Amino acid sequence: MAPLFYVIAAVAVLAGLGVVFVRTPVFSALSLIVVLCALAVVYLLLGAEFIAAIQVIVYAGAIMVLFVLVIMLLNAGRETSTDRSRMARWVGAPLLALFVAEMLLVIQQQFPPRDPSPALLVDGRPSAIGKLLFQNYVLPFEVSSILILVAILGAVVLAKKEP
Amino acid sequence: MIPLAHVLTLSVILFALGVAGFVFRRSIITVFMSIELMLNAVNLAFIAFSWELGKLDGQIFAFFVIVVAAAEAAVGLALIIALYRTRETLAIDELDSMKL
Repeated sequence: MAPLFYVIAAVAVLAGLGVVFVRTPVFSALSLIVVLCALAVVYLLLGAEFIAAIQVIVYAGAIMVLFVLVIMLLNAGRETSTDRSRMARWVGAPLLALFVAEMLLVIQQQFPPRDPSPALLVDGRPSAIGKLLFQNYVLPFEVSSILILVAILGAVVLAKKEP
Repeated sequence: MIPLAHVLTLSVILFALGVAGFVFRRSIITVFMSIELMLNAVNLAFIAFSWELGKLDGQIFAFFVIVVAAAEAAVGLALIIALYRTRETLAIDELDSMKL
């Protein structure tokens, strides 16, 4: 279990670097798909089978297809860097490094690596998720369906050709 | 057994990469993909805590994050298409008419 996690984590980080540092949008999108699939494997290792399936079907399947389609539609090529982007780099990089250092420090202090506790097995099967979703989380579930409906209408209206 | 700290570290690294892409990249589509990367990093933290605490609620939250991400991607990409139709560019340095 554990060695697989480190291999997958390395794959995810390398593909994440690809998302950020490759200059062509379509290669960024393909790297992002690799990240999403790697994260799905991590979810499986962490006992979240249903979320792993949703991750592959909805994220890597539907959302990323939408991204690749838009990249193709708009013919997005290599980006050019400008003076302002150089300024963002000089201001943003130290702040980002500070943020990462702070977060790693907090994680080290709050969650020190310890001897594996007897695993509290979480049951991530669809039946368990569904039971919880339709008992404790019915209202958020229904509200999210309205959100999706509004998003569909908004997307259609926004992308419609001007009359 | 995977230590929780290591999963959270992976989550932080992916989130930082997302922030880096958001700040450093100049193409609006890549900026948008960086947001997706950040959402996924947060999802990983949710799942990790759900696993550590033995409770399913974290997975439910991750589920809702995915739902909202799907809605956000649909609306955001429609906005990008509308922007490209009127401004003919994807470089965010040129989309600055709302700047002070």
